[in-house]
Amino acid sequence: MDEEYDVIVLGTGLTECILSGLLSREGKKVLHMDRNDYYGGESASLNLTQLYRKFRQGKEPPAELGRDRDYNIDLVPKFIIASGELTKILVHTDVTRYMEFKQIAGSFVFRDGKISKVPSTEMEAVKSPLMGLFEKRRAKNFFSFLQNWKDEDSTTHQGIDLDKDSMKTVYEKFGLESGTQDFIGHAMALYLDDDYITKPARPAYERILLYSKSMARYGKSPYIYPLYGLGELPQSFARLSAIYGGTYMLDKPIHEIVTDDNGKFVGVRSGDETVKAKQVIGDPSYFGAGEEGGKVRVVEEGKVVRAICVLKHPIPGTEDADSCQIVIPQKQVNRKNDIYIAAVSSTHNVAAKDVWIAIVSTIVETSVPERELAPGLQLLGTIHDKFVSISSLYTPTADGKSDNIFVTRSYDATSHFETVVDDVQDVWQRVTGKPFSELELKKADMDNVQE
Amino acid sequence: MADNAETSAVPDKPIQVKLVLLGEAAVGKSSIVLRFVSNEFQANKEPTIGAAFLTQKCRLEDRVLRYEIWDTAGQERFHSLAPMYYRNAQAAVVVYDVTKATSLEKAKSWVKELQRQANPNIVIALAGNKVDLVTASSAAGASGAAASNGDDDEDEADDATATPGEDAGEAENPEGLRQVPKDEAQAYATEAGLLFFETSAKTGEGIVEIFTEIAKKIPIDHILNGRGGASRSAAAGAAAADAVNLQNNAPKGKSPCSC
Ligand SMILES: Nc1nc2c(ncn2[C@@H]2O[C@H](COP(=O)(O)OP(=O)(O)OP(=O)(O)O)[C@@H](O)[C@H]2O)c(=O)[nH]1
Ligand SMILES: [Mg+2]
Repeated sequence: MDEEYDVIVLGTGLTECILSGLLSREGKKVLHMDRNDYYGGESASLNLTQLYRKFRQGKEPPAELGRDRDYNIDLVPKFIIASGELTKILVHTDVTRYMEFKQIAGSFVFRDGKISKVPSTEMEAVKSPLMGLFEKRRAKNFFSFLQNWKDEDSTTHQGIDLDKDSMKTVYEKFGLESGTQDFIGHAMALYLDDDYITKPARPAYERILLYSKSMARYGKSPYIYPLYGLGELPQSFARLSAIYGGTYMLDKPIHEIVTDDNGKFVGVRSGDETVKAKQVIGDPSYFGAGEEGGKVRVVEEGKVVRAICVLKHPIPGTEDADSCQIVIPQKQVNRKNDIYIAAVSSTHNVAAKDVWIAIVSTIVETSVPERELAPGLQLLGTIHDKFVSISSLYTPTADGKSDNIFVTRSYDATSHFETVVDDVQDVWQRVTGKPFSELELKKADMDNVQE
Repeated sequence: MADNAETSAVPDKPIQVKLVLLGEAAVGKSSIVLRFVSNEFQANKEPTIGAAFLTQKCRLEDRVLRYEIWDTAGQERFHSLAPMYYRNAQAAVVVYDVTKATSLEKAKSWVKELQRQANPNIVIALAGNKVDLVTASSAAGASGAAASNGDDDEDEADDATATPGEDAGEAENPEGLRQVPKDEAQAYATEAGLLFFETSAKTGEGIVEIFTEIAKKIPIDHILNGRGGASRSAAAGAAAADAVNLQNNAPKGKSPCSC
């Protein structure tokens, strides 16, 4: 290992694999390592054997659950927004060719004790059981206001300034009830808490539009999902990287991040070998998160509790959907943060026939995290088996510009990948010194030339 | 569901088959693909940059297959091949080098892995490559005589570096280079239910045969009823309706493929 690399990437989570793929594609010489013998790190999908190894040391998966190979259970529940940023990267890099995607069959929200479909257009608002007759009319006006908004045409603004007025002002203008605000802000704009209400309305407006646009793209929900589970995403970007010359080493313990006297990155030590590179990128677990030694370069921002539930039936009230998302807005259950449910099944090649995997998650607010999931767990019916984990969310303490050490963020509690892409774009800019938007442009050019 | 009706109504449309190559480093995986797809051979094959996979049509009497051939991109070198690579593959060619006994052991471990984790209906072929090194006619080339098969002299000259074990003495008795007897590999293949060939990417021997024999053995009906491993039940037909095609930005059904 006396070769020198441009970039060493540590950890094969999705964030790291997208960066690795894009860097190799730009001609950088990349070495990508992981301490595990599987791809994906925190964002892996595991088969039953691997799941038991992680949660039930020493126990064998029960035979009644079926074949090991039929399972690909996500550790972090997220869906891909059909018209979101991850989709753009997938298409631009052609990584879509390695995977097949399916729609998530339904998007639901919890209100007043029961779940209903999330309406996403004025038409659907009119039919939705979520609202009474008068509220429907108000919601219809609200949606048509958003859909018709044009920045350059002030007659569409109805006296609102999206960049100055808060979302509260917009809700009040249309007289929307608090319960309606809940499903709009949490099940469509996908905010985890209510902080957005007092801020300028533009980002919320954009998120609602993204939801509606994504919904319109395939019809059943705004979400898509890769066959064989989310773990296919990092693996596919890793293949992209390998095709452009990236070198992959799994099952490689990392013992030390070697720096010079000024604290600048020199290389990575595994056993008594040290590999040198100009820069290093890695997930928080390689930089002091958890109990491993070495200099700590991350801080804990909060914790997420997740319960992976094995069901032998679809979630009640979802019209037997093979997959769905259910959002429980915080206010509905007297919390500060939403509870999410993400369910997938054999239709997505992630479980044996007639088995559903539902993951309930939320940001931890108390000292008894598992109990906080109760409102979500109650919606699932009989739970066949359950695997609970509490994960810390880490964020880097420095931007890497002075020491060439770039640490990515943990996978947060949001139900989609938009924040993962934000992190990719941010790290990209710091590592290459160029804005991510330029890369997009260049790729589009290249693709046009080839065709 | 409209998709399915369309597919079966047009029998001439090539049937798409994902085929993966597996095997130890330097056994000749990329060379086999190159021979099959372009009928070429390069004595010092560099890894191909930027190609996700190569495609090649294969005609049989009653059907046309379009192979989507995946090469490992070097990920197997440090035992880091991603399972997504062979996920959903309908066919696999597991390659070993007839002059290297350990490469057959590696091939066996890939076969095991495929039988445990891949699509249960996958068709697997075992290929004992570089058979030219152990047969008399090409050994003559290797020891300096004029090339008899029309290949570039360049190829011949480089062989000594391609296969470090080779020297002049052994070249006179090419069978001496062989480390894997044909009948031993054949017996293993039969027992494990694999197709078996000895091949040479250099001379072309056995290469087309691998792909045509695989084509004959592929369970076509299975593929038409949804993609490979995905289709386990009648539910697969209905589920196909939820498939999305990001590439074309087309809602639902796929555009009629122009291939
Ligand atoms: N004599 C001879 N040499 C071959 C044959 N096939 C491949 N080679 C040579 O063996 C070397 C390795 O071939 P590759 O096709 O790169 O092998 P590979 O399995 O793709 O190797 P990796 O991608 O590194 O795993 C090259 O130098 C080839 O020219 C063959 O049939 N006969
Ligand atoms: Mg190769």
